[in-house]
Amino acid sequence: MITLTGVAASDGIAIGQAFVLEDEDVAIPRWEVPKERVKSEVARFRYALGRTKDEMVAIHNKALKVFGKSHAKLMDAYLLILNDPFISKDVVKIIETTHVNAEFALTQIIDRTIKVMENFEDEYFRDRKYDILDVGHKVLRHLMGHEKKTLQSILEPSIIIAHNLTPTDTMNLKEGLTIGFATNIGGKTSHAALMAQSMTIPAVVGMRDVTSRVRTGDPIIVDGHDGLVIIRPDAATLERYKADQHRRGEAERRLEDLRDLPAQTTDGHRITLAANIETSDDVKMALSHGAEGIGLFRTEFLFLNRRSSPNEEEQYQSYRQAVRASFPYPVIIRTLDLGGDKLPMLGVSDVSPESNPFLGLRGIRLCLKYPEIFKMQLRAILRASTEGKIKVMYPMVSGLDELRAANAILQEVKSGLRGQQVPFDESMEVGMMVEVPSAALMVDILAREVDFFSIGTNDLIQYTLAVDRVNENVASLYQPLHLAVLRLIDQTVKAGHNIGNKWVGVCGEMASEADLVPILVGLDIDELSVAPSAVPRVKEVIRSTSYAECARLTREVMNASSVEAAQRILRLFSTSRIAQQPRPAVS
Amino acid sequence: MIEKTFIINNRLGLHARPASLFVKTTSRFASSVKIIRDGQEIDGKSIMGLLMLAAGPGTELKIVADGPDENDVLSAVGELFNRHFDDDIEGE
Repeated sequence: MITLTGVAASDGIAIGQAFVLEDEDVAIPRWEVPKERVKSEVARFRYALGRTKDEMVAIHNKALKVFGKSHAKLMDAYLLILNDPFISKDVVKIIETTHVNAEFALTQIIDRTIKVMENFEDEYFRDRKYDILDVGHKVLRHLMGHEKKTLQSILEPSIIIAHNLTPTDTMNLKEGLTIGFATNIGGKTSHAALMAQSMTIPAVVGMRDVTSRVRTGDPIIVDGHDGLVIIRPDAATLERYKADQHRRGEAERRLEDLRDLPAQTTDGHRITLAANIETSDDVKMALSHGAEGIGLFRTEFLFLNRRSSPNEEEQYQSYRQAVRASFPYPVIIRTLDLGGDKLPMLGVSDVSPESNPFLGLRGIRLCLKYPEIFKMQLRAILRASTEGKIKVMYPMVSGLDELRAANAILQEVKSGLRGQQVPFDESMEVGMMVEVPSAALMVDILAREVDFFSIGTNDLIQYTLAVDRVNENVASLYQPLHLAVLRLIDQTVKAGHNIGNKWVGVCGEMASEADLVPILVGLDIDELSVAPSAVPRVKEVIRSTSYAECARLTREVMNASSVEAAQRILRLFSTSRIAQQPRPAVS
Repeated sequence: MIEKTFIINNRLGLHARPASLFVKTTSRFASSVKIIRDGQEIDGKSIMGLLMLAAGPGTELKIVADGPDENDVLSAVGELFNRHFDDDIEGE
């Protein structure tokens, strides 16, 4: 038995026999081309380009039929690389000026490009070098008359082992016959990885030399969760993985079964479980995972990466689409939560850079300073409110004055609409995010001016503990279980409930963490809003515990002598809960 | 010769598909097209050049067109940016 490690690219466990694709790396010959042969060498190169092009057009047409437009477009990009001046002109130039063979000239150009791309910080762009390598390899194969053993020769379900799986290869993967794969090269966002994720087959990439360690027919396990490949596993390992695979299958089915069940504890305490989204397109997916509406629609995405802010009509269409898709469930739209560094994108120039943006002009502060942007968004939201159930909330409110100023603008926009006889939902609920400690401490007063509160735990923890969790020097101090954090949440819920019975939700990451959910339930949170993919898991946690247990746990955690002790109590609780109910393997 | 500045506005930046759309568009015209980013200059009809720019979302690009149909090139390019390169959401 040999265990190799790589990069986990697509989750899941595959158990089967290996099919090893021939290695791509061929030695590139170099020879001198005499002057009188240069012309025919260029012609040989052009002929190979032509043959490669024919091959790609064939793949393109096939892709169009089998995978649809978006994958065919990728082949389009390949054809463009093939026609690129770097290849069509520069390679020829190298042949003509340095009198080398076409293989060598082409390899020089490819290598030069790859070198530049390897230094990219952005992983996505770095991985695009594989596209160029793939095209280069194809041309080389035609130049050298070297044909690759194709995936077509696979006849039974196999785990593909390859140096690299190129888009061409992955398009040739036969549905059902490829149960997993492992490759020597590639990163988390290389084409092969993305493809495996979309096909939901387990994959491990970046294994360096897996092709030389495995032979076709070897029994093999691909562990796409931990990034492992186990060659010729022993009986015990095989059993363990088979059990794991079975458990995962069961767990998935169970989570699916949960979809239409309420997020309710075993003793009947009901929580509203909603989802966080970034675009109106996400609503459908959120509901299909069993979310009861949208607890946080981050509108920033509408505004980012463009030259000018979206106009009212565009925003209206987006909100309207979201609220219609979510009906009969509500959509909570959070007004623009951008930092001052994004102002140029909103058409505001002459902004001076801030030395501490997290304590600077962001969220509601920015909206109050530039009310035109804010008013336009509120108008769009109000207009869309007739289409279903919309609630609106303000981000980053730190005190009463800001809240009142925001509400005053909202009233102004409303009376403007009334004047123009534009209909909107007069009873639209208005809430605010609680993410600044000062707001959490004033909920009893703020509650008189809003209908609900939504706690943004990420920022609340960061501001309460003065910890930037991306800063590795202090990241360990970012503690959701810090008593100060729990007290602020507790106080927010109690004050919210006491003053006019305002409901309180959590839309930060804390709500998505299965282990922390019982504490939020114990703190009497009314609504949890989590990433769509986390909805089934969170629902399962809620449905498998009782409110009484959660309340007891929360008391114990809040009475713990240290954060460490609190973590210990929570761990104990989680393991005993897991022991009561079979759950998917977590590592 | 005319020039115009654009900001990359699709979700993943000028990756393979948007870059190919760009090159296909510019290749339809006779004018030469140059893309300048922070002083780095590449051929606006070369997809490898575009990929080597690694222009992520928010990147500012100056596009210079020179030739008989230079105005048409720039308006065609502007149209691509307006349409966010028809980029569907691909991964997170």
